Amino acid sequence: MPLQHLKNVATLKYASEKCTGCGMCAAVCPHAVFEMEGRKARVTDRDRCMECGACSRNCAFGAIDVRAGVGCAYAIMWSALRRKPVPQCGE
Amino acid sequence: MALPKIPNADELNNVNCSCGEDCCGGPAEGASPRADEYVSAAPFATGRISTPAGEVPVVASVLGARDRWGTFRMRAGIGRSRYAIAPGLYAVGTPDPWSPIFVSANYKLSFDRLRASLTGLNAWLLVLDTKGINVWCAAGKGTFGTEEVVRRIGETGLAKVAAHRTLILPQLGAPGVAAHEVAKRTGFRVVYGPIRAADIPAFIAAGMKATLEMRRVRFPFKDRILLTPVELSMIVQSRIFQAAVLLWIVGLVAGVAEIRLAGLAFLGAILAGTVLTPAFLPWIPVRLFAAKGWILGFVWAAAICALRGFPPASVSGGAAAAAYLLLLPALSAFLAMNFTGSSTFTSLSGVVAEMKTAVPLMIISGVLGIAALVVSIVLKA
Repeated sequence: MPLQHLKNVATLKYASEKCTGCGMCAAVCPHAVFEMEGRKARVTDRDRCMECGACSRNCAFGAIDVRAGVGCAYAIMWSALRRKPVPQCGE
Repeated sequence: MALPKIPNADELNNVNCSCGEDCCGGPAEGASPRADEYVSAAPFATGRISTPAGEVPVVASVLGARDRWGTFRMRAGIGRSRYAIAPGLYAVGTPDPWSPIFVSANYKLSFDRLRASLTGLNAWLLVLDTKGINVWCAAGKGTFGTEEVVRRIGETGLAKVAAHRTLILPQLGAPGVAAHEVAKRTGFRVVYGPIRAADIPAFIAAGMKATLEMRRVRFPFKDRILLTPVELSMIVQSRIFQAAVLLWIVGLVAGVAEIRLAGLAFLGAILAGTVLTPAFLPWIPVRLFAAKGWILGFVWAAAICALRGFPPASVSGGAAAAAYLLLLPALSAFLAMNFTGSSTFTSLSGVVAEMKTAVPLMIISGVLGIAALVVSIVLKA
């Protein structure tokens, strides 16, 4: 079984009409969610997305949107107990 | 018991720390290590090189016994917060103005991995101040970020040292750095290098091109096992673990087999969640980390029950068996769920969804388990 977490949860949104084909998203994604198909990026398997946010941060054309965050239960609990608005790593 | 509130997906944004390297043991966010807390350049500096922006320390690209000892200590979770490198510019070999510039975090493991991969090359190393935290985690927090790259380029006078305008950043720094903004603000073009430093020679040889394989993060058995000592050392410091050991010692000293067994049972459940679940991660055929831990914890609890004799000889024994079957798997599940942060493939949305299913079940199982335990003790008395 491949190392995969839950399906159909990733918040990744890709507007291909804004893509200029620079290839940055395919270069930075650690799970090969993007691949280049000619002069356009294409989403291969969005269930592999871990929402690290590398693609959207490095897309100069605003074609990618994802709610980046920590995929860490401990950080989510730690932040919830301390009423932090966003989950973050511990001290 | 106060229930931790699980935030809704919509309430969250913009922080990331999913990391193959553990990072929660790092120093407090915002608290930069004091100058005397940095690992001084002495152990790995072999000399100095003169540049138009001043003298730059030259560092060895072959790791010594002292570096390996440091790595061992860090992996074992000893003195982890004291491994920050002073940020700034370093040299490997005898670089000239046309030599490549590699950017790294000031976490000693990241820095060591990078310089060890540059053996035989001449290069500049620009070390960012990431508060002693590894590249990926720091990128998620934003300390390995656009602002810090821009600041460090300015502070080191990099534009005077280098004749070219290309920076090689680790790919895992990308969540924090917008390459196009760095280019706009400093004139330096950002090229993302491979994920693993060991692939740098091949990346350079191919004309700064990374293969698809170099761009995929993996999480093999070896990496998962390397993380468990830190998980364990955090567990050893926790109350629940100390209580289990205490229980076992009390049972040993008092000569009460039941208490001794209870202590061992809890130690086993802790191991199942913190070591066995990470080790067998891809081979436990369910997706939720908590479910993976629960399965191993249940197998262990069943073994404990079998050891106590099945079927139980008394109602009290039956209640005790029920307590084991309810408490141990829930504990393993909870600990396994906490490994999501060390894994390299879980998303915030995924972990929030997992917690919404798993946490209520763990709490129900825990409460019922404690009730069964009380019933068993009362009946026996």
